Amino acid sequence: MILLIQYTLIFASVLILVALGGCVSEHSGVINLGLEGIMVIGALGGALAMKYMPSTTGAFAMILVTVVMAIAAGVIYSSLLAVACINLKADQTIVGTALNMLGVAAATVIVKALNTAANPNDHSSEIIYVQQKKAFLVNIGSFEFNWFMLIAVIALIVIAVMLYKTRFGLRLMACGEHPQAAASVGINVFKMRWAGVLISGALGGLGGLVYITAGVSQWKFENGVAGFGFLALAVMIFGQWKPKHIAWAAVLFGLFRALGNVYSGFDFLDALNIPSGIYNMMPYLVSLIVLAFTSKHSRAPKAEGIPYEKGQR
Amino acid sequence: MKKNNILKNGAVQSLLSSLVCVILGVFIGYIVLLFINPAGAWDAITAVVKGFFYWPAGPMRTKYLSETIVYTVPLLMCSLSILFSYKVGLFNIGCAGQYVAGAGIAIYSAIAWHLPWYVCVILAALAGAVLGALSGALKAYRNVNEVISGIMLNWIGLYAVNMLLSKVKSPTAETFHILHKNPSALIPSMGLDALFNYKYFTIAVPMAILIAIAISIILNKTKFGYELRATGNNKNAAKYCGMKEKQNIIITLLISGALAGLGAALFFLTDIKQWEVTQSSVPSMGFNGIAAAFLGCLDPIGSIISSFFIQHITYGGSHVNLDTYCSQISDLISSIIIYLCGFVLFFRYFMNTRIARADERKAEREKEDQAEKELIASESAAAEIAEPVEEEAASESPLPVSENTDGGDEK
Repeated sequence: MILLIQYTLIFASVLILVALGGCVSEHSGVINLGLEGIMVIGALGGALAMKYMPSTTGAFAMILVTVVMAIAAGVIYSSLLAVACINLKADQTIVGTALNMLGVAAATVIVKALNTAANPNDHSSEIIYVQQKKAFLVNIGSFEFNWFMLIAVIALIVIAVMLYKTRFGLRLMACGEHPQAAASVGINVFKMRWAGVLISGALGGLGGLVYITAGVSQWKFENGVAGFGFLALAVMIFGQWKPKHIAWAAVLFGLFRALGNVYSGFDFLDALNIPSGIYNMMPYLVSLIVLAFTSKHSRAPKAEGIPYEKGQR
Repeated sequence: MKKNNILKNGAVQSLLSSLVCVILGVFIGYIVLLFINPAGAWDAITAVVKGFFYWPAGPMRTKYLSETIVYTVPLLMCSLSILFSYKVGLFNIGCAGQYVAGAGIAIYSAIAWHLPWYVCVILAALAGAVLGALSGALKAYRNVNEVISGIMLNWIGLYAVNMLLSKVKSPTAETFHILHKNPSALIPSMGLDALFNYKYFTIAVPMAILIAIAISIILNKTKFGYELRATGNNKNAAKYCGMKEKQNIIITLLISGALAGLGAALFFLTDIKQWEVTQSSVPSMGFNGIAAAFLGCLDPIGSIISSFFIQHITYGGSHVNLDTYCSQISDLISSIIIYLCGFVLFFRYFMNTRIARADERKAEREKEDQAEKELIASESAAAEIAEPVEEEAASESPLPVSENTDGGDEK
């Protein structure tokens, strides 16, 4: 049971971080379908940091460096989306999809190159960080507390306050609702949208790092992040683009994802003898059903997905 | 007569922008290779670009050319699936899942039910169509973004197919060879295999090309295709014209899904590859279809060329020196190409504004020239005319006037 809670919380943390990223980006008016790729690149940044830090590094320094690296990787990668979608007015769907594919391909090429350079017989795309990962964990009884759970909660509060209580957040949201109106009162729409995308890159990158450290101590970058970026988008839609609702949605989805990992630990679930494929399918199935019932009256930011043209009214 | 600027032609522009994408993509790939290891980078990138030309002319080259063509078939079908829905303004990223569903049903019905190949192909297309239509119905009636529902269905489809095909798998993790279990489910080759020196070369290849041509005709020459494109261009306008936009969305994704499912059947029913039931990621065929569709300028005939090109560099990727590089470099190049394709509109816009500005300037200059010429002409004419007129006026004008007035008075 404790294991289930633990996995639920860690997967919920991933979903909260990434969904908040999507939320900020969409509030500024850019649909960030590239979150999946951003997660992969963020994870790569974090994993490389872990790989090259000596395992004797203190826990705090380890967490700090890894997190900063993951965020930096996510931010840099998301600027590819920002340039294309904001300045060059490219199709946001195509660019997002391209970033997803590019993320996996680039991460695979980079990791393989590093592995092969270190050992010519090693052609895997795997990074192993068993020792380094221990820095993130604190055992409370049999419950494995992960510092990332705390980071997710902090991010949730910060983003919620930023969006609704600060001048910056309100201006950012104005750019997603009616950019021309925002521009008419002197807000720089391009800057705001850039800010939105970069913040989502930071959160997405961090989320990717959390995902690859949740429950495993090595990661094969060929596999990407298994549609988690899109699950996060489903969480965001289910949460109606509001941070508080997103948090609850993330816990719900995290629960279904966690079930796939730990169902064999429950006697009654094990006795049902459901093939593991069903459990693996569960989060996607649930999100599809949930979307079918919640998308009808969705309150998406009005101008999302539409490139901003200065002269347009 | 003004000379028509060749760059203004839409087809030429598309071709140019695709070429730019390809060249830039390969160039960036080369730079990445240089970063990994500068020594063998040039050999590696030439291996990627060469593809089957890696082999000396002769039966080997023919064989690997044929292999590339056979692998092009499913990619072509996936790219047709993507472009068909994109023409209607829908982005069918669920193509990957529809492809998976098609593969699952095709293999299962071939091995477990012992059906002949054409029935398997039809069932696979139906399976893809069902998934596509589901995505479409969710979009039309429940306002679910087709990209997100598509991704969810991709994963659901993958796990479902893995479970289904576990029932027909050999002791390894792969499904049985169709040849051993039910040879009647193999697509006949009708002598094409001997001609192309490759045993998996079947009539699937000409079928795929015919389908591409059919899609081109449907989209460009029929009322149905026109309605679909109109819905894509402006949903509301189409609605006000009495087109059923909800129905169109569902039908589009249904056809799109059927194409993807068909592609899987045309590939797996040649027995070229077995399904691995433990695979944990959605096959990239559907996603590469996106690259092929956009690189082919969203034109069915262009897709034939672009899918072949993508398979060509993918095959070439297997010839890079694996001690220093990895074959995924081709994936990297094709994903860079898709990213660049996102700029195609911008590129065309840029080109058009450039041309327009140049034209405008030219027109302005011409106008100025014209005006100047006219001015000069009129001045000189005026001067020419003025002199005699004045002379005439001085000497002769009083006379006719008086004649005129006289005549007028008489009547």
